[in-house]
Amino acid sequence: MSAADVPVPAEAGRTSGEVSVLGRRPARRRVWTDRLATAGLVAAVIMVLVPLGLILFTIARRGLATISWEFLTQPMPYSLRKEGGGLLNSALGTFLMVGLATVFSVPLGVLAAVYLAEYGKKNTLAGVIRFFTDVMTGVPSVFVGLFIYTALVAQIGFGALVGAIALSIIMLPIIVRSSEEMLRLVPSELKDASYALGAAKWQTVSKVVLPSALPGITTGVLLAVARAAGETAPLILTALGSFKIVTTLVGEPISALPLAILSGARNPFAAGQARAWAGALELLVIVLVFTILARVIASRSRISS
Amino acid sequence: MAGRLATGGPALGAGPLLGRRGLGRNADPLFALLTAAAGSTVLVILGFMILTTTMTALPAFQSQGISFITSTDWDPSAGRFGILAFIYGTLVTSAIAVILAVPLSLGVALYVTEAAPRRLRSPITYLVDLLAAVPSVIYGLWGVFVFLPLFLQPASAFLGRFLGFVPIFAGPSSGLSYFGAGVVLAIMIVPIITALAREILLTVPTEDKYAAYALGATRWEMIRGVVLPRSRVGIVGAIMLGLGRALGETIAVALLIGARPQISASIVQPGYSMAAVIANQFQEATEPHIRALVGVGVVLFGITILVNVGARLIVMRMERS
Repeated sequence: MSAADVPVPAEAGRTSGEVSVLGRRPARRRVWTDRLATAGLVAAVIMVLVPLGLILFTIARRGLATISWEFLTQPMPYSLRKEGGGLLNSALGTFLMVGLATVFSVPLGVLAAVYLAEYGKKNTLAGVIRFFTDVMTGVPSVFVGLFIYTALVAQIGFGALVGAIALSIIMLPIIVRSSEEMLRLVPSELKDASYALGAAKWQTVSKVVLPSALPGITTGVLLAVARAAGETAPLILTALGSFKIVTTLVGEPISALPLAILSGARNPFAAGQARAWAGALELLVIVLVFTILARVIASRSRISS
Repeated sequence: MAGRLATGGPALGAGPLLGRRGLGRNADPLFALLTAAAGSTVLVILGFMILTTTMTALPAFQSQGISFITSTDWDPSAGRFGILAFIYGTLVTSAIAVILAVPLSLGVALYVTEAAPRRLRSPITYLVDLLAAVPSVIYGLWGVFVFLPLFLQPASAFLGRFLGFVPIFAGPSSGLSYFGAGVVLAIMIVPIITALAREILLTVPTEDKYAAYALGATRWEMIRGVVLPRSRVGIVGAIMLGLGRALGETIAVALLIGARPQISASIVQPGYSMAAVIANQFQEATEPHIRALVGVGVVLFGITILVNVGARLIVMRMERS
């Protein structure tokens, strides 16, 4: 319950107005200041929601103009000038790299979260890890791309694997921190019951704590996946982009939806731009599906934030 | 409670009830070690990140000396790499973004926590969060093909025509500018600042709000007298996290800033940012140029880390009190 639910506020200014406690200003002016301020807050909300509406509307309108069965099932033509074709190669690249990145980052992230939540309450190392995980969330994604370029691409070349590793580094801190929060919400009664039955700590964590926190952890993972699917900058430096459907993991540049959208946005050719809009719609739908799914799972489970 | 029982866990675990299977009495220490190792990888990755990039960029730092960060002369073909114009562009676009985003974010957060009818609260929160889910490249695409002709070009022309005598609005302008990049950045960081500010505003004790109302305060007076002073520190932290995000944002800026390595006092002129130059030039770059771009990344990383660590320390202090 918050103070705004109390029925009095609007009248409060008027009733006590003549003997003003705060500010000693005339009551009428105070009430009008209040109304003006409320109008300002509403204006802020409108100014934020208008761009959102505009963006969603444009993506839907221009995307739907091009999207078709052919678009979803054909790879890119070899030139941005050529009409027709689709972005199947890019969509497959996105699924491949985000899938691999999830496989890399989820086990590592959840185990790290178990450490922070179960062993790290008054532990210096855990405090340091927690702090730098937060810092890592703020590392520019283009810098992650530079890191993977200097550490891996310079040796083994561009490709899906290095792209996936870059994405997994972006996902890792998100998964660690959200999973930790969910693990902390598991009631200590559940754990105590498990210990009372003679279970060891690892048994309690793997059979009681993790299953109870699973919906919450899934929510965090889905949000991390949505974030990774939309990342462009690190992929420029690791996946590079391609016109073909690529199935090799190492040594062959591969496309992804954000890369295809970027190249469409940078070039003056109408056909390439049309595919970029359709690709943007496809990417936005993917990202929103994961985001909304995360919300639904979070709202259905008892242990979630 | 849980802690005390937990330490009793291992001794019991090796006992006859459940412990026959698996690794026996060593299982728990091993499990602790495994999770600690997983946790430590974060530190290892971060350390490795700083090390490899700095090592790669070192020749560029050494050959350019201090002029790397004090010169605006960026000429890859001549081997001259001065990144001051990029630093300037990053700081100016982020400053514009923060100046525009802060009042909007605080407005939305205050509306949702204090003023909105109950029914509207979660839909507004949800929609604003949706803004954060839209990928950067989509903001870039929309910015170039919709926002630029629809808003930026007329707005820049207007500013140049009527406020052109003010140096920061001096035209002529094509719309691709610090201002254009800053406005789109603002849209991108509004949801971040809003979400954090909302959480901070919710921590203001309800009793204090009631006390202000009981003294006859209007809602706005209550917000100014109770809510804002109580949450000022946390809001500064939220703004700094938004700033950190704006500093590192790449694609939308790369598409809208105009890609010209110059310093201009006018915010409607084109410029360049650190993240944008990396994204735009990397694919065509060769050896010394690549090292210089990695160097740009190292400087960018340094600046964002400073801002982020500062913000985290503020938020941590806030959480403790």
